[in-house]
Amino acid sequence: MKLVAAAAVLAVLIALPFGLSEYYVSLATRMIILALFAMSLDLLLGYAGLASLGHAAFFGVSAYATALLVLRAEWNPWLSLVAGVALAALTGAVYGLLALRARGTYFLMITLALAQVLWGIAFGWRTMTGGDDGLPNVPRPDVVADTVRFYYFTVLIVGLGALVLFRIVRSPFGYALRGIRESETRMLALGYDAWLYKYLAFVLASAFAGLAGSLYAYYNKFVGIDYLHVVRSAEALLMVILGGAGTLVGPALGAALIVILENVISAYTQRWLLVLGAIYVVVTLLAPRGLVGLVLEKWPRSK
Amino acid sequence: MAVWAVHTINGISFGMLLFLLAAGLSLIYGLMKILNLTHGSYYLLAGYIGLSVVRATGSFFLAILAATVAVALLGAAMERFFLRRFHLDELAQTLLTFGFLFMFADLALWIWGGNPQTLPKPAWLSGSVEVGDRVVPLYRFFLIAVGLAVGAFLWWFQEGTRVGAMLRAGVDDEETARALGINVSLLFTLVFALGAFLAALGGVLGGPLLGIYPGADFEVLLLAFVVVIVGGLGSLKGALIGGVLVGLLDNFGKAFFPELAMFTIFVPMAVILAVRPTGLFGRE
Amino acid sequence: MAALEVSRLAKRYGGVDAVVDVSLTLGQGERRVLIGPNGAGKTTLFHCIAGAQIATSGSVKLFGADITRLPPYARARAGLARTFQITNLFANLSVTENVLLAVAAAQDIGPAMLRPMRAYRSLYDRAAQLLADWGLAERASRTVRHLSYGEQRQLELALATAGSPKLLLLDEPTAGLSAAETARVVSMIHALPRDITLLMIEHDMDVAFELADRITVLHQGRIVAEGDREAIKADAQVAEIYLGVE
Repeated sequence: MKLVAAAAVLAVLIALPFGLSEYYVSLATRMIILALFAMSLDLLLGYAGLASLGHAAFFGVSAYATALLVLRAEWNPWLSLVAGVALAALTGAVYGLLALRARGTYFLMITLALAQVLWGIAFGWRTMTGGDDGLPNVPRPDVVADTVRFYYFTVLIVGLGALVLFRIVRSPFGYALRGIRESETRMLALGYDAWLYKYLAFVLASAFAGLAGSLYAYYNKFVGIDYLHVVRSAEALLMVILGGAGTLVGPALGAALIVILENVISAYTQRWLLVLGAIYVVVTLLAPRGLVGLVLEKWPRSK
Repeated sequence: MAVWAVHTINGISFGMLLFLLAAGLSLIYGLMKILNLTHGSYYLLAGYIGLSVVRATGSFFLAILAATVAVALLGAAMERFFLRRFHLDELAQTLLTFGFLFMFADLALWIWGGNPQTLPKPAWLSGSVEVGDRVVPLYRFFLIAVGLAVGAFLWWFQEGTRVGAMLRAGVDDEETARALGINVSLLFTLVFALGAFLAALGGVLGGPLLGIYPGADFEVLLLAFVVVIVGGLGSLKGALIGGVLVGLLDNFGKAFFPELAMFTIFVPMAVILAVRPTGLFGRE
Repeated sequence: MAALEVSRLAKRYGGVDAVVDVSLTLGQGERRVLIGPNGAGKTTLFHCIAGAQIATSGSVKLFGADITRLPPYARARAGLARTFQITNLFANLSVTENVLLAVAAAQDIGPAMLRPMRAYRSLYDRAAQLLADWGLAERASRTVRHLSYGEQRQLELALATAGSPKLLLLDEPTAGLSAAETARVVSMIHALPRDITLLMIEHDMDVAFELADRITVLHQGRIVAEGDREAIKADAQVAEIYLGVE
């Protein structure tokens, strides 16, 4: 059943550019990249139970690194992509050490603070990052320069990324993460070094977020401080919650939904932030388990 | 020598502003275990409201009164009508306050526009004080005085009153509190309002010093977080000492290493997390 | 070699001496029950042995290995298992998933990410066996949250025994159970292999006397009596403590 659904989705994705204008193909590209971003956060929130308010840190670090390497150091764009992801993972490795010293509320605060610090650095270091002007004219790799080709490139990379994520959550490691989310003390009593599992999840999540960030840099052909801003983290978190944490598929759908919403609302008003905040409030009040959660409640899975 | 003194005074005065914010955050968390992300909005809105009041009436005092009361009421309303529903669901409460943070940020932008503003100081606080061969605005000393006064009041409140004892005891004693006849729901609302009040006070008093502009809410929230991470969430002492520490580090950092401004915040945070994750005076 | 050797253990926190100078030795296969009135320090002592708390002074040795300062997961790897007084299970996961996690830990699978759980047939086989042993096979696919309280207690025991532990710590295993459920759990504990050493906290005196080889009585952080059933029943001081507390 799931395989059929996946095949159908893939078929739709491949056929998309034939039916839609470039504008919509571009929009779809954005949805798919942000779906990866949301899925990476789901690994942290939905599976390990770690609520992070600073996931944009890794998204942004990778994007900036990739852009800077391509623009300033004139590196090969493929290498720049990989380097960006590596730097995001490294940032995750460092930030994870700090953030995981705490739990619960402290963890939340620390992730937000750590990401904000990066935002502040990017804002202030004009010579390097362009400050609030950002880094324009980021060139895409030649072979995927046009909209449609870039779209397929994105489908491929995100598809592979998603496959790996699905693999991870179905593995003993993934099961262990869920165990930690449910009861860390129980896991410890069983013999699991919970900290290590959380740390690995943190680093993995940051790497995938970085991948999304660098893809986004190529997509936008521009990198700015909004990549690192708490709003970016907030949107990702909302995508996960709206779609349903702990399912991977849910957050991907949540991403598509938020992108569509933002697109529609921004056409009429500048008040996207107001709407974003309102959605947060409404979703929390009405559907804490997200849309996928609502669906699952009607069709409970049997194992 | 005078340079050091000036930076120290600047640092401590800024630290007092941070103390007001951190104290409010800590107070709310200490009793209700809510991490109030809307705290930054309270600061910002108070600044804007104060600005409007000063422009309309010319009175700094009225501005403080209006802004703090208005924001305190806002806080009370938020607690009463929204946060209360998710009692003990930390994530839901955090998400709610997160949502409100964005809503208020955009509303403020909508109402007051995107240009940075400054709140004008009242005449009697506009003077300067000589420190050696340098000059320090009188306002800074005013901030330090207010900070200490508020600190003293909060200390008395926490240590010397029954309500304060309840605050110190924390959420776990809810049953006992109810048994003792303390109206816990009212207490929650009042404390939340008090926290908002403190943030608002910081917003109005900070207006002349730091300016009021879109994004100040996020920046101030970050600083408040750093203070409670360093000082310990839930601790009044931590908020004061953490505030002063971060204020001093920020000032000296900006003065001597302007390009590395963010690191002066990052480093103490990282050090505390490595050495004492619950903060200097935090419990847990 | 003693299965468990607690030597002059003391635990002090917040100005309170919860446990003072406690020493006890368990032989392999022994069934020892800890009893005592509320506040006697049973739970604290239990936690110091399990690793949920670290003793202020003294030592804890598991088959000669010093585990006094080890974190809980390291003690589990050394062969120590425990149950929780307030049911501590993976509530939103299925019964099978709960047991799989216990078995995966026991078989030292580690943070394996590349193959799906389903590929580890041996885990599933062992899990199925455990579920059968503990009478939970019918419930295998149910979410734990939807189990009855008694079934959850059984699952607690299943998880604790999944790794064939050398020492099993049971924290009030019959707390909150009906008479029938209590009998069920007691018979299950009786049926545990004799090479597992058992240390239990119990409030239910009948259960304590039925399961124990030896009983240790704690009062105000100290051991006031220790001996077999008859010795404890006859002990005047013990009677006084319990009667006095009533």
